[in-house]
Amino acid sequence: MTAAAHLTGLLLASVARLVTGAQGHWLGCPPKAEQRIYFANHQSHLDWVLIWAALPHDLRATTRPIAARDYWTRTRLRHWVTREVFNAVYVDRQRTDDQDPLEPLVAALEHGDSLVIFPEGTRSLRAEPQPFKSGLYHLAERFPGVPLVPAWIDNVQRVMPKGEVVPVPVLCSVTFGEPLQLQPGEDKRAFLERARSAVLALRPAGRRTAR
Amino acid sequence: MNALRELTADQQVALLFVAVFGLLALATAAVVFWGLRHEEEEAGERVQRLQRDLGALWTGALIFWLAWASGAVGATLLFAALSFLALREFVTLVATRRGDHRSLILAFFVVLPLQYLIVAQRRFELFTVFIPVYAFLALPVAAALAGDPQRFLARNAEVQWGVMVCVYGLSHAPALLLLDFPGHAGRGAFLVFFLVAVAAAAQLAQEAASRWLRRRPVVRRIDRSFSWRAWLLGTLAGGTVGALLYWSTPFQPPQALGLGCIAGGAGTLGALVMQALKKDAGVRYWGNRSSVTGAVGLLDRVAPLCFAAPVFFHSVRWYFDIS
Repeated sequence: MTAAAHLTGLLLASVARLVTGAQGHWLGCPPKAEQRIYFANHQSHLDWVLIWAALPHDLRATTRPIAARDYWTRTRLRHWVTREVFNAVYVDRQRTDDQDPLEPLVAALEHGDSLVIFPEGTRSLRAEPQPFKSGLYHLAERFPGVPLVPAWIDNVQRVMPKGEVVPVPVLCSVTFGEPLQLQPGEDKRAFLERARSAVLALRPAGRRTAR
Repeated sequence: MNALRELTADQQVALLFVAVFGLLALATAAVVFWGLRHEEEEAGERVQRLQRDLGALWTGALIFWLAWASGAVGATLLFAALSFLALREFVTLVATRRGDHRSLILAFFVVLPLQYLIVAQRRFELFTVFIPVYAFLALPVAAALAGDPQRFLARNAEVQWGVMVCVYGLSHAPALLLLDFPGHAGRGAFLVFFLVAVAAAAQLAQEAASRWLRRRPVVRRIDRSFSWRAWLLGTLAGGTVGALLYWSTPFQPPQALGLGCIAGGAGTLGALVMQALKKDAGVRYWGNRSSVTGAVGLLDRVAPLCFAAPVFFHSVRWYFDIS
């Protein structure tokens, strides 16, 4: 990582902390330097930055996001930020027949890195996350030793609604839950539903929501 | 006393801080010692609460020291940062909608910096009317232009109220630091100290009195301990502490008593109002991790000051006719 990328990373993390607090609540497991797959709800482009800022400093270098190749390599700045600062794993959104879309993720996990994935596949604006896509199941099947840590990102949709450029300072938090594992013989749909409810269970209760 | 009077203003203020930090260090040492002796008993929770309160006091004292030591610019920047954090916490608690985005940006990134810029320039006439007059119009205009009529009044009232408390109210603390009292130049820190000491004394005395009197609470659903007699005792305690501190201020003892009562009473009533707001937002304790998104409990601590500071500042300016 170059010095410029390092500084940009520090800057982004401190801006995220100033605007959102980016509080990490480690309820189900401590932050630890082991290989993990974090999976979370997805409401905003800021989700990844928030998780990243909530991680302790020394875990950030080995925890990588997934970025859509066509969007995040289109301009030089986007490409530089995702490649140099965040060390993103690029995936192709267009599915080709001869290639497994999970291939780059598998390569990153074999390399020993941790991943952050948003199994809904797209940003959802509803209160509850959409059904999870099957990628998480295939990764869990292929890497049974890697703990799957659910995370709930709260309030981030209020920071920057779609179409706005300037973020509004609102406190957000990332709650990390107890790690899951694929049970022997567990059905794909049952596992994905279990993973989704593990994320949903971390949602803080009792707060007033917008009417 | 005479030796004290001969010191320069800066030396007197420095001495004040030495005294405050000395007292805090003694109190901390006492609590640590007490905690060691009662380690495994049920006293643990009380020790923890004391430690938390002392921690808050340390933070407050350090902030005021930094504010004074760094001069006008530093003080303004410091309180501007506090305002920002308090407003951030406030906005988290109220239910804003998409249509509020622009007016919130206006509040955070235009109104707040401008208000503190005006304080730093000591333009107290403009400072007094900037938010109640100009921002009062600008914020709902920005919201109206977003074109969302749903709950328009309620949403705007929430934003306005947050700006009034967290920005307007809190900005009176650096204003006190910068207020040029005739014959009292450079001793603004004593006025802030007077205000904080009086507000804290009133709060503590009210809590102690309500525990001791066990009166029927006036507003059970908001605060289980608030009663008029306890409030009156708190206010009087504020006045007494104010009168005892008269030598540090430009006031005569009766004036200090009166101003102490005003600031103390306003602070405790402000705390009651914040209590009501917390109940409305469904928060029991502002530092709660489970129910509020990462809130750090700052708003809870600055709330009495947010309400007492403007009342105190404007009473002083009006009574002593300072422009």
